[in-house]
Amino acid sequence: MLSKTAAMRDAYGDALLELGAENKDVVVVGADTTGSLKSGVFATKFPERFFNVGIAEQNLVSIAAGMALAGKIAYAGTYAIFVPGKSVDQIRNNIAYPNLDVKIVCSHGGISVGPDGASHQQVEDIAIMRAVPKMKVIVPSDAVSTKASIKAIATIPGPFYVRLTRSSTPVVYDAGFQYELGRANVLREGGDVAIVACGIMVPEALKAAESLSSKGVSASVVDLHTIKPIDSETLVKLARKCGRVVTAEEHNIMGGMGSAVAEVLGERYPVPMRRVGVMDTFGESGEAGELLRKYGLTAANIEQASLGLKGQ
Amino acid sequence: METAQEVVRLKETARNTRKLILEALAEAGSGHPGGSLSAVELLVTLYFRVMRHDPKNPKWPDRDRFFLSKGHAAPLLYSILAQAGYFPVEELMTLRKIGSRLQGHPSMGIPGVEAPAGSEGIGLSLAVGTSLVAKLDARPFRTYVLMGDGEQQEGQVWEAAMAASKFRLDNLTAIIDRNGIQQDGLTEQVMPLEPLAAKWRAFNWNVIEVDGYDLPQLMDGFDLAISTRNRPTVIIAHTVKGKGISFMEWSPHYHGTPPAKDKLRDVLSELG
Repeated sequence: MLSKTAAMRDAYGDALLELGAENKDVVVVGADTTGSLKSGVFATKFPERFFNVGIAEQNLVSIAAGMALAGKIAYAGTYAIFVPGKSVDQIRNNIAYPNLDVKIVCSHGGISVGPDGASHQQVEDIAIMRAVPKMKVIVPSDAVSTKASIKAIATIPGPFYVRLTRSSTPVVYDAGFQYELGRANVLREGGDVAIVACGIMVPEALKAAESLSSKGVSASVVDLHTIKPIDSETLVKLARKCGRVVTAEEHNIMGGMGSAVAEVLGERYPVPMRRVGVMDTFGESGEAGELLRKYGLTAANIEQASLGLKGQ
Repeated sequence: METAQEVVRLKETARNTRKLILEALAEAGSGHPGGSLSAVELLVTLYFRVMRHDPKNPKWPDRDRFFLSKGHAAPLLYSILAQAGYFPVEELMTLRKIGSRLQGHPSMGIPGVEAPAGSEGIGLSLAVGTSLVAKLDARPFRTYVLMGDGEQQEGQVWEAAMAASKFRLDNLTAIIDRNGIQQDGLTEQVMPLEPLAAKWRAFNWNVIEVDGYDLPQLMDGFDLAISTRNRPTVIIAHTVKGKGISFMEWSPHYHGTPPAKDKLRDVLSELG
């Protein structure tokens, strides 16, 4: 575990190819980033079901909605900075309000986008998308769970937002991962602190738990891959068991996964919490690793937050 | 049916449509008469002459699709759908009221309504989506979309216009209700649209200009759109905001002000 790396975008392309063969109603819509997103591979096998609308993200979303209205399951996406960034109204009024089968899959979430800088580093998408009624939000932690999620959501009616990462990331799961909507995966059981993570912070959380264990602190680690609908039962159970919760996400600490966890626990089982995330600021150019360190998104930051909660 | 006879029939339907719009709006106490009244003949011609649809079977897979992109003309669409038999005409009096199906702007759950609307500029893209599916699956249905003229100021309209010509969507007809007025005043003062026909031609669309109240012209326009190959068609219908009610005509005020309930009788008397 974690020794291999793989790209979520490659997993997305693989999943689309399988879906295309399995279901003739699957169509793919892109906006000039289909090579980068790997959604373009769909066109090699199913050119008639692949549509590139150019650099027009609002049109991308609404055309996908129109196709869903006519009975298709539309996978539409580009970079996360542009969808939802430029198309919240279309997502809300064209897709979510009529509860359509549009699966928005975007890559380049978070600051690990790297050298392109802050204009391309989407740290608000989870907050935006989970605030839209009927929208379901998934942030997979690796390529294996990405592929499984992408395939699974074709069979779950209604709109989804799936956020992927630009760079290759450590493999968290063996190939047997099964996606279950709204069911968090407890990857490690411990009794002192529960670390709840999503996306690329899941491997960091596992590393942090390992290091904490050598210091005598036992941590649970949860992959909260589905932020909406949120797995309240697992969160409450872990809060009750550990009494302390640390969340970790590559997203603004405002409105993201940590906020969603705080909402659940605040109402159902309040315990001391720390949120590791982007501290309400914009990123900058740099390599992914440099940025994750500079903006406090590493195993060390999760460990520190956990120790802080323990009063150590 | 003979064209002359059909014109008489459609004119009567148009008169009744205006009456229903005004009654529903007066009862609701809010809503948009100007842009509903301007486009009456456009929808009457579509629903009662041009489109293949079945009010008894609203989800018929091969029905022609209609999207109201200028969603504030909901009273017009609802009045048409009720007369066509999608739901009881009496239900129009529940417009905008709590618990009613007839939301202030179109929403799912109203028989005959294909998509929610209300945010301007996005309906043409929906129409591109359904037209693409019709082409992909070799199905015979056509898609119609009614846009406002002020709506042409939305950038997404032109994204969709490019896409429709790229994909050669000759099964798509857009209609523009060119009444010249938007909420803040004249379109040509708020944000000029002219030369509007030239803009659409430049986007490789088949452009037809008609008098929006000349029913034979409208029928011919729709027929020409149906017979046009390899290109989408836009029908620019020259209309009058508030058409049919003297004090509402050409008035930006009546873009979003309903007739007063206690004046309704006088207002309706103008329809003859």
